[in-house]
Amino acid sequence: MTQSLIHARNLTKKFGDFTAVNGIDFDVVKGESFGLLGPNGAGKSTAMRMIGATSQRTSGDLTILDKDPENFGPQIRAHLGVVPQQDNLDTHLTVTENLYIYGRYFGLSRKFVKGKIEELLTFAQLEEKRNAKVESLSGGMKRRLTIARALVSEPEILMLDEPTTGLDPQARHILWDRLFRLKEDGVTLLITTHFMDEAEQLCDRLVVMDKGSIMAEGSPAQLIKDYSTKEVLEVRFGSERNAQMAEDLRQLCDRIEELPDRILMYTEDGEELLERVYKKDFHPKTSLVRRSSLEDVFLRLTGRTLID
Amino acid sequence: MILSTAVAIAEARMGKPGEKYYSGRSWAIMERAYIAFKSSTWMIVFSGFIEPVLFLLSFGYGLKDLVGDITVAGQPIGYVAFIAPALLATSAMNGAIYDSTMNVYFKLKHDRIYHGMLATSLGPMDVALGEIGWALLRGFSYAVGFMAIVTPLGLIPSWWGVLAIPAAVLIAFGFASFGMAVTSYMKSFQQLEIVNIVLLPMFLFSGSFYPLSVFPEWLQTIIRLFPLAHAIDLVRGLTLGNISWALAGHAMYFVVMIVVGLFFTTKRLNALFMR
Repeated sequence: MTQSLIHARNLTKKFGDFTAVNGIDFDVVKGESFGLLGPNGAGKSTAMRMIGATSQRTSGDLTILDKDPENFGPQIRAHLGVVPQQDNLDTHLTVTENLYIYGRYFGLSRKFVKGKIEELLTFAQLEEKRNAKVESLSGGMKRRLTIARALVSEPEILMLDEPTTGLDPQARHILWDRLFRLKEDGVTLLITTHFMDEAEQLCDRLVVMDKGSIMAEGSPAQLIKDYSTKEVLEVRFGSERNAQMAEDLRQLCDRIEELPDRILMYTEDGEELLERVYKKDFHPKTSLVRRSSLEDVFLRLTGRTLID
Repeated sequence: MILSTAVAIAEARMGKPGEKYYSGRSWAIMERAYIAFKSSTWMIVFSGFIEPVLFLLSFGYGLKDLVGDITVAGQPIGYVAFIAPALLATSAMNGAIYDSTMNVYFKLKHDRIYHGMLATSLGPMDVALGEIGWALLRGFSYAVGFMAIVTPLGLIPSWWGVLAIPAAVLIAFGFASFGMAVTSYMKSFQQLEIVNIVLLPMFLFSGSFYPLSVFPEWLQTIIRLFPLAHAIDLVRGLTLGNISWALAGHAMYFVVMIVVGLFFTTKRLNALFMR
């Protein structure tokens, strides 16, 4: 039996009349990479803060390493490395000083922290920036430093809230590579994201969240299998004709989704479907056959796209 | 036993009083303040130290012959010796206020530094005590510096004056914990101006440059509702050697201020970060 590090049942958080997290259930087991996928405002960050023992739940059960965060906040936080959505590095300090003092916040000895800093600077590829002030770092470097900082206490669980939001593609790939390494080292990762490619790349298992509730749970591949078809044909007829064409295309496949700029047609064989589209004398301006993604899963579950 | 992991360190505190809010590591917050201070804020420290000295030179030596002696508790006192303790009390206040308002506000709202601190095994009480502790250290160093200048000038006639330094620390503690509590409730940078609106008249009317007895009774009563008048009476009583139970009363004012300030600071930080 695998050990459940994080255990949530009917977890709920209300702010006044607004229900941010509405009775969610999930378990995160040791060593896995678990994702919360959903659009902005789905309740992901609120859930993360409750797990991070910096927010108290309104109702339901929550244990982290068998402890209730309501009563054991500092003890639970000692197990966690937290990478918040908004950087909160200490801008008055240098790169090295940021790592050092964070270790000291956990009560770790000077000697231990100083040894750890070298390891973390290498991990975060920031050796050359060790004496730089935080302000002079690029967005990607700041993120890597924030992750390195979260690792100074050797946490069992690393929590990353939207880790690559605002980064350019190259910086994202560097970051993903670092997170893979952590996963290989056995660190349990808990990640929120609204990027489906990030969820597919990084998560062993994930829950799809919308409006405070969990819509579905599974591995990326399983979710795609359960909630979508193998392939998707995307066709564009120009914004004014899409709606009209959608009606005609419905006869060609079981499920289509009409978006403002394009029509998605769900099928097991995209090329074959495209041939049939042409045979019917429909002539899309552009067409694209691709594999189904988590974006399609989300669309199926909520009728909306992830990034509005 | 030396504990080497974050978890062991946090678990060692289980069952101790206030464990949810306090991890016993406010020194880590002070260490951070020290590291930040080393590289950046020397000018601010210097200006805080030089300000009362300039007041002393300008007002004290400028007015002493015009004003003559002032009678305190039946004894004639030279004008410079009369204002020196008031300036010590005021500089303790200013140092503490700077650290606990402007400095705290930026860490709270702008840099989000407390968010980072409170994601670790620290609690809000560690942050409050650490920040206030640093403000005290600054108040203490101002007091020592000021005494080192005025004592050789013969402005501290009584040996009781040695106690002016711990008194200045007590005053700084009161202002720092109260100031941090007020700051933690502020919603915008502009609201910090309220602090200045209160501080300046308090400095001008609390009996720094002349005895409170120049004012009518009712106004004296109002002035004594504010802390600086008590701070000045306390320090002045000590430097001039006018020891009475009234001094204990002034000290008590600050003890209450400390307790109230710490209570609300911790409560507010908890509400802000542990919602």
